[in-house]
Amino acid sequence: MMRRLLSFRDFDWPLLGMVLLLCTISVLEIYSATLHTKYTGFHTKQVLWIVGGLLAMFVFSKIDYHKLIDLVPWIYGTFMVFLLAVLVPHIGHKALGARRWIKLGPILFQPSEWMKLVLILGAARYFANLGGRSLTWKDIFKAFALIGVPMLLVLKQPDLGTSLTYMPILAAGLFLGGLNWKQGATLVLAGLLLAGGAWSSGKLLKPYQKARLTSFINPDNDPKGTGYQLRQSLIAVGSGGVWGKGAAKGTQTQGDFLPIPHADFIFAALGEEHGFVGAFFVLLLYFSILMRLIQNAQTAADLSGSLIIMGVVAVLTFQIAVNVGMVIGFMPVTGIPLPLMSYGGSSVLFTFLALGAAMNVRMRRFVN
Amino acid sequence: MTDMFDGVHNRDERIPVLKLTVVQYGVLFMMLALTAGLWRLQVLGADNFRMLAEQNRIRKVPVLAARGKLFDRENRLVVDNYPSVSCFLLREQKPNVEADLPLIAKGLDLDLEQLRATLKHYRLAPGYQPIPIKQDVTADEEAFIEAHRNELPELETIDEERRLYPNDGFAAHLIGYVGEVSEEDLNNPRYAYYEPGDVVGKAGVEQAYDGLLRGEDGSRDVIVDSHGREVGYLRTQHAKPGQDLKLTIDNDLQKAAELALGDRNGAVVAMDPRNGEILAMVSRPSFDPNAFTIKIGRTDWNKLITDPNHPLMNKAIQAQLAPGSTFKILMSVAGLQEGIAQNLKVNCTGGWGPYGFYHHCDEHHGAVDIHNAIPFSCDTFYYQLGDRLGINRISKYATAFGYGQKTGIDLPGEQAGLMPSQQWLLKNFHRKWYPDETLDVSIGQGAVEATPLQLARIIGGIASGGHMVRPHVVFPDQLPEDYRKNLLDNFPGSGDTNIPIDPDNWVTVTDGMAEVTQPGYFHTAGSAHLEWIDLAGKTGTAQVVGHDTGGHAAKGKTLIPNVWFVGVTPRRNPELVVALLWQNGEFSYYSARMAAKIVAAYVEKKRRLDHNLVQQSNPSPLEMGAVWTTPATRPDGKNDKPGQPATRMQAGHFLVDHGEIVNAKNAGSTPAEQKPLRGQAAVAMAKTGARAAEQGGGRPSTNSARKGQ
Repeated sequence: MMRRLLSFRDFDWPLLGMVLLLCTISVLEIYSATLHTKYTGFHTKQVLWIVGGLLAMFVFSKIDYHKLIDLVPWIYGTFMVFLLAVLVPHIGHKALGARRWIKLGPILFQPSEWMKLVLILGAARYFANLGGRSLTWKDIFKAFALIGVPMLLVLKQPDLGTSLTYMPILAAGLFLGGLNWKQGATLVLAGLLLAGGAWSSGKLLKPYQKARLTSFINPDNDPKGTGYQLRQSLIAVGSGGVWGKGAAKGTQTQGDFLPIPHADFIFAALGEEHGFVGAFFVLLLYFSILMRLIQNAQTAADLSGSLIIMGVVAVLTFQIAVNVGMVIGFMPVTGIPLPLMSYGGSSVLFTFLALGAAMNVRMRRFVN
Repeated sequence: MTDMFDGVHNRDERIPVLKLTVVQYGVLFMMLALTAGLWRLQVLGADNFRMLAEQNRIRKVPVLAARGKLFDRENRLVVDNYPSVSCFLLREQKPNVEADLPLIAKGLDLDLEQLRATLKHYRLAPGYQPIPIKQDVTADEEAFIEAHRNELPELETIDEERRLYPNDGFAAHLIGYVGEVSEEDLNNPRYAYYEPGDVVGKAGVEQAYDGLLRGEDGSRDVIVDSHGREVGYLRTQHAKPGQDLKLTIDNDLQKAAELALGDRNGAVVAMDPRNGEILAMVSRPSFDPNAFTIKIGRTDWNKLITDPNHPLMNKAIQAQLAPGSTFKILMSVAGLQEGIAQNLKVNCTGGWGPYGFYHHCDEHHGAVDIHNAIPFSCDTFYYQLGDRLGINRISKYATAFGYGQKTGIDLPGEQAGLMPSQQWLLKNFHRKWYPDETLDVSIGQGAVEATPLQLARIIGGIASGGHMVRPHVVFPDQLPEDYRKNLLDNFPGSGDTNIPIDPDNWVTVTDGMAEVTQPGYFHTAGSAHLEWIDLAGKTGTAQVVGHDTGGHAAKGKTLIPNVWFVGVTPRRNPELVVALLWQNGEFSYYSARMAAKIVAAYVEKKRRLDHNLVQQSNPSPLEMGAVWTTPATRPDGKNDKPGQPATRMQAGHFLVDHGEIVNAKNAGSTPAEQKPLRGQAAVAMAKTGARAAEQGGGRPSTNSARKGQ
């Protein structure tokens, strides 16, 4: 077995370039969006998060992903313990009405965010082990259990947004791991029925979560709640026009009409200040990044590597679709950040670690 | 759980290319969908969303116009404005305003229960409508609002100009007051241009001239953030301030009238009968119009409207009362014009009663004719005169001179009074007129009712030889043309008319009025005599009788009467007429004395002004007499004999101009004396107008007229 010396020449520099360009746009837009708010200065914090994320990415890419795949059952088990611990009142830290964090000294540690990465690795291992052969219903059930149990735990926190981001991991794993079309159709049908049942039973989702999920259809029904946020977002994006109102000149963003314009609604702020042209350019960057990742998945050394990258692609695509969709009124307000754009340590760190995993796979594409 | 991950790394397996291609197309499709969404909003919907964004951030804030100020006839400020801050509550700014109310009530020194009630009152109003919660916010309270911008974003302040009225109810009824436009008013087409919360004139000049005084509010486009905090201005449409108005009142005379009436219930009108300019108008009891500029409290309001003396009523134009003996002036004119009074000689034995009821006179006047009937105010004479005239002729004259008709003064709420007639009785009481009833009417009792303003206009007009004027309180020359026309339509009345009175009759009546204030036996207002002032007038004492009783019900009841005095100066072509009403007063000569004070104040001011005018503008040579001594030298130059006085007395007349003697006359010559004009000459002179007569030299119309008869 030939072992080529690993070097950063094998790093995906074009991908990193696009990512850093996106991060630059993000920092500039965060600066603009927080100019007249109490969040002034968050752009420098974001720079620190990005630097930290880059370091984490480099470190993470050095560890052979096969080792990670070997260790993943233990990691998975540990994080399941964390997720359970979060729900225990005296361990889990409660903020904004949800128990999502564990306090470790000065740092708030959010296991559900890290669980995404664990699930990407876990799903990759699980489906790679099935070897690409046709899945039995038992395999499918096991996959559901693998992802579904942590999903329910996160939903219990409650954190609808994060728990939803686990779903694309499962979907991508099943689809790429050997699901046949018939099974796919059956699952989609069953999923629809179950979702309908869960919705009407009223047990799984809290009323405010339901309201949030439906208000996007008709924002005027709820002009002061999430409907208000959505409406302000639409006004922001729409009033940007083709060329935008100019940096730091968006009336919706600067007048504090747009809710959390540096985090969940940063794409609306961008759309207002830089117009269709700016928003389209960012979408194009995302598209290029995703395409580049899929290409890396194709050239990966083995199935598990491909599945890791495709897991990352699935999560990123899902987040982009849901976040941008929310901003332009296609999707409900769920509180899912836009990767690489929204302000926030957890989000930045996760995205860079996910990219690090992808880099990891790419660097070792010639290994075997 | 680890069994899920069983197995080894499978290095030969790959993801089928087809599936990856499907994923790629899926990503592409998603991106296209998002791009389409962006296109829809940013390219197709841009204009609409831009408009919505502007609506979001721009709030139109009214810039309130300053109300026009009011000045007196000598341009002295009467009603001013002062800057004030009001506090509003914007419910939209906070989801749960209720919870903040205790803090707001504490900070703004408001009653919490009342604040809750105010909010409840606006419960059904749209959420964006600001609720006024406190007016005239103090500096401390404003600081409280500023300091709690973040905790209490629902509090909003607005700068206003607020009315500042004179103290102690000075001219309060004439000026009126302002208040928030009521919901009833808003439904009235006259108030079509008003919006809820607007301040409008509610009485007096403030109401009658509201259209001019209020000006036009401007607006300002304020840039706000989502919390409603102002972050900048876009454009300002400046408010057009209201027009200042010059009132016809004279502050000095108004003050004299206020003081003369004191705390007594009643009213005073002082008017220039030559042109109808109201020089003073007082009504008692009064009120403080300043209480209305800040929202008047419920208890204060109830106190005002339940007071049996009606402080809000402008009695000068709204009190309809029997004119009593002041009606005898009209009776005299009617009797003389009809040729009856000249020849009527009556022996007053204390009353008269040809129809079964004995009608009393106050005194046993003995022989009375038209010349002493007015100063005596002899009821017996007027019973007989009225009996001969009959109700139809009395009613005709009274109506022609303005009884029972509005004068058309430019103040809201004027009452017309009442002049009974056969037709009136038939229409309202469905019965015939008894000749006996005419006797009551003849002395201004019965159903006759008049306002103080009507009496001023009628008696002032008679003293002016039948020149009747439309009273007004604002100089009409400062009004826009169409506004002036509208005003005449809005305040209809008998207006300016000329009713010819035969000159002989005119002299008879006015001389009779002049005798009223001369000391003399039976003269009703001798105590109101003013030395050097030609005050003519008529007293009146009237029982409090409503016209619905038909005239007879007051008999046998002890009622404190209303006392009147209507006086003019000078007696013919007067410059001033004063009508004074003292409700439930004592004796009518008291009212005459009060009115005399006002007349004296007017004349004294006038003379002071005239004196100043003469010195400044027309320094004609002054003739003066002097006595002096000269050294006792004989014309031949020799000294007189010793023992004789060394000096010699001399006397002479000089013409002095600017302090220098321009022409010395010989001692002992007749001084150039102003010969009084006599008889008809004085009348002719008076007819040409008092002012012209004055300029002719001295004060002939005053002095000569007194000596004339």
